[in-house]
Parts: sequence; C-alpha cells; structure tokens
Amino acid sequence: MDRATIRFGGLTAVSALDLSIGPNEMVGLIGPNGAGKTTAFNMITGVYQPTEGGISFLGHPTTGLKPHQLTKLGIARTFQNIRLFSSLSVFDNVRVATQLHRRHGIINALWRGRDFRDSEAEVEATVMDLLAIFKLEALRGEMATSLPYGAQRRLEIVRALATKPKLLLLDEPAAGMNPTEKEELMHLIRFIQERFSISVLLVEHDMTVVMGVCQRIAVLEYGVKIAEGNPSEIRSNPAVIEAYLGTEEGEEEVEDA
Amino acid sequence: MIATGGKRWLFLGVALAVVLSYVSGGLNSYDRGIWIDCGINIILAVSLNLILGHTGQFSLGHAGFMSVGGYTAAKITLVCAALLPVSMQPVLLFVAILAGGLLAALAGLLVGIPSLRLRGDYLAIVTLGFAEIIRVIMQNTEAVGGASGLSGIPKYTTLGWTFALAAVTIYVVAGLVNSTYGRGFLAVSDDEVAASSMGINPVRYKVTAFVVGAFFAGLAGALYAHHKQTLTPTGFDWLKSIDIVVMVILGGMGRTPGVILAAILLTWLPEQLRVFSDYRMIIYSLLIILLMILRPQGLFTFKRKKKPNPVPA
Repeated sequence: MDRATIRFGGLTAVSALDLSIGPNEMVGLIGPNGAGKTTAFNMITGVYQPTEGGISFLGHPTTGLKPHQLTKLGIARTFQNIRLFSSLSVFDNVRVATQLHRRHGIINALWRGRDFRDSEAEVEATVMDLLAIFKLEALRGEMATSLPYGAQRRLEIVRALATKPKLLLLDEPAAGMNPTEKEELMHLIRFIQERFSISVLLVEHDMTVVMGVCQRIAVLEYGVKIAEGNPSEIRSNPAVIEAYLGTEEGEEEVEDA
Repeated sequence: MIATGGKRWLFLGVALAVVLSYVSGGLNSYDRGIWIDCGINIILAVSLNLILGHTGQFSLGHAGFMSVGGYTAAKITLVCAALLPVSMQPVLLFVAILAGGLLAALAGLLVGIPSLRLRGDYLAIVTLGFAEIIRVIMQNTEAVGGASGLSGIPKYTTLGWTFALAAVTIYVVAGLVNSTYGRGFLAVSDDEVAASSMGINPVRYKVTAFVVGAFFAGLAGALYAHHKQTLTPTGFDWLKSIDIVVMVILGGMGRTPGVILAAILLTWLPEQLRVFSDYRMIIYSLLIILLMILRPQGLFTFKRKKKPNPVPA
C-alpha cells in the first residue's frame, strides 16, 4: 500500500497509510476501536476504493479491481462477522471457492463429459484434503451454519485457502473466542503460514494473538499509522501505549470483543 | 434432487414424454389440454425457480419473457406453415420454439445486464416494468396483431413435446445447480459479498441465471402459443408473472420437486374451481400470506435427504 487514503465525505478514515507485506510474512494491523483497521482491510480487498494513493499486489496495481478479480490475483479473506454460505454444506462451502481455477462453464456442467467429471473429482479431492488438514472432514455433510462457532471460523479460513491465495487476510479471527480457542487459533495461523507458505495480514483486536504470531505489527490510530515494528518494539512504544491506554483519564480502550 | 444421477434422468424424462404422447390419445381433448398446461407451467415455474429460488433474484418479468418467446414462435409458424409440407411440421415447431427461446434469452440478457445491479424490491419493480413494456410494445405493433393479438396459430403443441421440454428444463436447472460451477448461484443468493471474495463474479452469475431462465420461459411461451392457438398481449400481464411466482413460493424456493408439484396443483385447481375464478387473486394473496406465516419454506418442501458427500478414492 502506498499512501493509500480514503475519505467518506469530510471524514478521512484512513490517511496516507504505507504498508508492505513481503512474501511469506505475517503482518499484524492493530489499533483501538474505529482506528480504520477494517477500512484499510476493505481497501486491500477491493470493497472500497482508495480516494488517493494506490495499492499494488505482486507488481499489479489493484485500484479499480473488483473483489472477485482480486481473489483471482491471489488475495483471499475472511470476515469479521462470519459470512458462510448458509444454504450450502461444509463441503460445498469449500467446493464453491475452488471453482475459481477451473475453466468449465455451463455447457460442460450440463453435458458432464469425461473432462468435466474428472475435474469435478479433482475438486472433490482437493476439498477433502483441505477439510482433512483442518479436521473438518467428519462435519462435511453438515450445513455450514449449524457448526459450532470455532469450527465456523476455521471453515471460513479453509474456504479462503481453497481459492489458492498468495496473501490471506484475516479480519479479526479471534473475535468472540475464549482463551483456549485463541490459543488454538494461534497454532492454526502459524500452521497455515508454514504449510501453504503464504503471506498473512492479520487485523486484530486481541493483543495476545497479534503479539503471539506476527513478525511485524503496524498500529493505526484515527486512520494514521503511528508505529510499525516487531512485537517487542510495539509493546514498548510510548505512542502505542498512549493510544491504547490514554494519558489522562487512563481509560481502558481495549475491548474484549 | 432430480437429475443428480446424470444424463440418464434426462433420457428417462424424454422417454416418459414420448410414451405419454401415445397414451394421451385416450384422453379427451379437455383433459389433454390441462396436462399440456401443467407441462408449460412446470417449465415456467422451474425456470423461474433458477432465478428466484436458487439465485435469489426477485424477478416479476417472467410473463414478459414468455410473451417474447410466444410471439416469436407464433409469427414464424404463421408465416412458414403454408409454405412447408405437412411432414415438416415437427421441424417447423422445433425451429419456432428454439427461436422463441433464443429471443427471450436475448431479452433476458438486455434486461439483466443493467437491472441486476439492483437487488430485492428494486429488481422486482424493474422486471415488472420491463414485462409491461413488452406488453405495450406488442399491443401497438401491427405485425403481431396489435391489441387483438395473433390468432389462427396452428395447433402443433402435443403432450409429448411439452413434457419432453419440461424434462429438459428440469435437467438443465438441476444439472447447473448440482455442479461446482452452478453452486455459485446458491453462493450468490446466500451472500454476495462473501461470494465475490471467493472469486465468484456475482453479476455474471445473476445474468446467467436470468438468461437461462428467460430462455426456458420463451420455450414455454412458444408451446403456449401453439397450444392455445391465439395470443393476446393481455394474456401476458403482470398477473401471469405473479401466477408463476406463486408456484415457486408455494413449492418452496429452490426446491425443484416441490415447485413441479405446485405447478401441477395450481394448474389443476383453478380448473376445478372455475366457479370462484373471480376471487382467484384474492385467494392467491391470502394463500401467500398464510404460507409465509405457517410454512415459509414452502408447502411441498420435504426434509432434504442428507446427501453423503462423495469421498474420493
């Protein structure tokens, strides 16, 4: 991201944000409520277009591209409030995401020749593999929304991975999780990064999770990046402490969402 | 779902239609007519179900697409019937039906591209408006008979043709929805934002559903024209679109077998209750309100059998 700025009317939600994510790197984006984390996230994924500045991915400028085109380039995401396909099973939720890399269209879907069946079988195998890696294979026939919360979060990540991304964006994956689940989530994120060797951008409220898994952390406050560095630098940065804890009233702004 | 087993279901359906057309010799013409109506309504309801039920786009323009198909096909046979020998009738009908479907699909494309950026109520209004525009155009075009419509259309539609095409419709809709490609329709209907971040282009899927749906509505219109033998613009007003929507809602949105049953029921029932025909729309609206309160999933929605997902070897 290069000096990416977005304004809604008179409000500058994110101002001149510079952020780069290297291959295979795990970057965290944190900040108090309303700092513009999710807005920044939505700019990267094409939901919003930056008013100024630009974003590029693997050398391609991404400004003007729609979310589905960005996904084709290799950017996948999860959602803060889980958005699984409620009328599809666990298996089909992942299966839908794999169709991106196939060239079969309507005619093939109707004729169902050998090619088509082979490719459907290949997709099924890929989906089974993914589900097996994330221990969801036993639940594959269930409707996605009938899963327990933690499993739904995991399924969202699996679904994002099924698009074969190079960059995975996780929007507050720890939201609503208890400490044990958070611990599992941290293992899971580290595991994904090693196993699939992809870059991860983690937008997160929860300090333990961010500090625990990220190599580099950027801190946003009121749409401005106030700090960037490795976890221990961030922990001792006075500006960050001020943003989170306030100076005078000492109000606790960190919310256990 | 129907046709998950693949093409053999399609062949079975077509074979059944052929058998039916022989058996139907024994029916009197009134009963045969009702069965043809049933078949046409099955095509309409199942194709609307792809748009409304599976892809979740509320379209009130199905009668418009039907009339495009009907008028196109009727015009073709009216012009050509005298020029061709009788033995060419089935070929002529086939060509007319296909042309009707293609033109309706084109209309679907033209309407779909601009209007599918809209959602919900707005889309319903735009499609409703479109159907009315078609009707008014037909009403004022002398080439298709103007307000008095087309009459003297040869009676080519048979039970066999109708049910064979109904089988094709069911096969295509079920085949699409049961492929990795076609599951995109369901994904778009569930959550457009999530679908687009999975690399699915929502507009493309919605337009596809719209065009395929319109194509089959056009086929149904062509069959209708060669069954009733007359076409009037008022026959394709918005009440006709509502009729089809009611079939889909009654049968359960996105549930093909339920929608087929509802199409049959709503063809047969009004025939039995001709005495009350003035109150039909009142009964329909009451029916929908009651249904929404008591059985929002549709009258004929049976518990979906849990389909074990295939385990690749």
